[in-house]
Amino acid sequence: MAEQIQVPTMAEMMAKGEIPEVLFWVGCAGSFDDRAKKITKAFVRILNNAQVKFAVLGTEESCTGDPAKRAGNEFTFQMQAMMNIQVLDGYEVKKIVTACPHCFNTLKNEYPELGGNYEVVHHTQYINSLLAEGRLSISGGSFKGKKITFHDPCYLGRANNVFEAPRSLIEKLDAELVEMKRCKTRGLCCGAGGAQMFKEPEKGNKDINIERTEEALETQPNVIATGCPFCNTMMTDGVKNKEREGDVQVLDVAELIANAEEL
Amino acid sequence: MLTYLPNIVFLIVLVGAFYLFFKNVSKIRRNIFLGKDIDRTDRKNERWKTMFRVALGQSKMTVRPIPGILHIIVYAGFLLINIEVAEIIIDGIFGTHRIFAEPLGGLYTAAIHFFEILAVLVLVSCVIFLIRRNVLKIGRFQSAEMKGWAFKDANNILFIEIALMLALLMMNAVEANFTDHESQQFVISSLLAPLFSGLDQGSLHFLERFFWWIHILGILAFLNYLPFSKHFHIILAFPNTWYSNLNAKGRFDNMKSVTDEVKMMLDPSADPYAAPPEADPNAAPQRFGAKDVTDLSWVNLMNAYSCTECGRCTSECPANITGKKLSPRKIMMDTRHRLEEVGANMDKNKGEFKDDGKALLDDYITREELWACTSCNACVQACPVNIDPLNIIVQMRQYLVMEESAAPQELNMMMTNVENNGAPWQFGQMDRANWINE
Repeated sequence: MAEQIQVPTMAEMMAKGEIPEVLFWVGCAGSFDDRAKKITKAFVRILNNAQVKFAVLGTEESCTGDPAKRAGNEFTFQMQAMMNIQVLDGYEVKKIVTACPHCFNTLKNEYPELGGNYEVVHHTQYINSLLAEGRLSISGGSFKGKKITFHDPCYLGRANNVFEAPRSLIEKLDAELVEMKRCKTRGLCCGAGGAQMFKEPEKGNKDINIERTEEALETQPNVIATGCPFCNTMMTDGVKNKEREGDVQVLDVAELIANAEEL
Repeated sequence: MLTYLPNIVFLIVLVGAFYLFFKNVSKIRRNIFLGKDIDRTDRKNERWKTMFRVALGQSKMTVRPIPGILHIIVYAGFLLINIEVAEIIIDGIFGTHRIFAEPLGGLYTAAIHFFEILAVLVLVSCVIFLIRRNVLKIGRFQSAEMKGWAFKDANNILFIEIALMLALLMMNAVEANFTDHESQQFVISSLLAPLFSGLDQGSLHFLERFFWWIHILGILAFLNYLPFSKHFHIILAFPNTWYSNLNAKGRFDNMKSVTDEVKMMLDPSADPYAAPPEADPNAAPQRFGAKDVTDLSWVNLMNAYSCTECGRCTSECPANITGKKLSPRKIMMDTRHRLEEVGANMDKNKGEFKDDGKALLDDYITREELWACTSCNACVQACPVNIDPLNIIVQMRQYLVMEESAAPQELNMMMTNVENNGAPWQFGQMDRANWINE
């Protein structure tokens, strides 16, 4: 880490009478999960590097309610949604970026009907826009010539048709993007969605993340890239299960960019 | 009088067949509308486009090129060769023979040549389909839900289609041997004509009529087979795609009844002791989520009748691929079977449903299946006619959680954590920003 990261909260910004360009919605995994926190920090380093005036909600952020909704608990979901909308509207938030496709989907698609209208983008889309605006530049760096395969998070890809944003970032690293047999609209789930992350799987003959990891490993990658903290956990577990953690890394696209630039 | 006998018999059979067909279709219609109301009439332009692209244009079929192309051949054959059925019906009623031949002239000859080639292609495709199911035993046709009637139904359809195409070709082949009027020679049937060359004219005329009747009776029988078969998709694929979900696949509906309640809970000016608004005493009590087919929306129920059990959904389902019991195709088949059971119950009880102590949940779809879903939308993406099995799964989960509090223990813990700490894990709200300074 080159320097200390700067992470202002909405409350601090407001106290100073400032309005951020964008709210970074960190999400529960990004806030609490040790592996996901690294993704959060990598994305913050990118934001700092591009001198983006952003803020987080900090202790005022709460679960979007996504896992409760997918599990069938509409009450808990809508309670969470309404409370979050009150906080977001209180700060007059207009634009949200998040590194979690589940938060992304819920904020983008399910909050508007409940009164929460924001422009919501996934961090891979946001990084692309920073590049387009010339606020950030990427050179190959340490991933030049490396083989990278991208695992499509269901709630980013199929659920919201975002397939190209993460891929175009990988290509900018001068890396070789290798596709798995099941990719994009036909990408196989990592096994964590629909609240599966929080429970043991039903009886079967294999775990879904193992099936997916095997498929990823068939591409002979140096890196398995994802854009979701839950996919990251599942693929990391899969790689460990296959005893390949020595030669295959599982990294978020934000980490690829931040590491390549040694931010 | 006797000379008109075939015409009269034909007319009676024709009217009877259509009457029976529409009677059974109206039953399906009634069953579908046992579902709850849902508004899917917005964005009409987009809906027409979706229907033309997905149903008429078969855009999702060719994702798998081999079955996709074979299916397009059979489908094109069905659409185009059926133009000839119009002629057969007119000929049947008025006792004419190839009534379109004279007015259309060369165009007619060209059309029949084309139909014959198409008939052969359809025939070959159906044979390949039979081989895929019965000899190669392609994985997705072998699942547990494909045993019994589902297996027979699929083969029946292919056998009937082969028989219909053969009858058409044989009829023309016999006619090619006619000498009493100028018989036309068509590209395929002329090759088959020598099969019947030894027969006298009387037998030939009898055989020609025989194949003509086989063909039209076969078509009418097939028509009446549709309402009892997965093959009903040839009709419902069109409305099913028109009414498909046009929103992002990740967007799940927000339950309106819950919204009202949550809004009241969060409204500081709401009077907690206020009497609830006057309820309609005739309204049926609503439950959260779906326990039985009548709790689902009519689009869910139309989905069930539109399913042709191809199993593309199941073969893409991560849970099914890894050996879990969940099969999205089974969700759709179960929904249809239960709905048919409810419909039969109503038929028996003068249109009223008499409680049979059964439900879609547990009697058809088990909890284990429902909890195995990752909500990844692979099944929705895979369906060539835009069926949404995930929507049914989620509604049934809502029933389990909100009516029965019957979620798996770990999920109950997760939900409690979300309610108490604002995170699915047991971390304190006040520790949420700790990562910044770690």
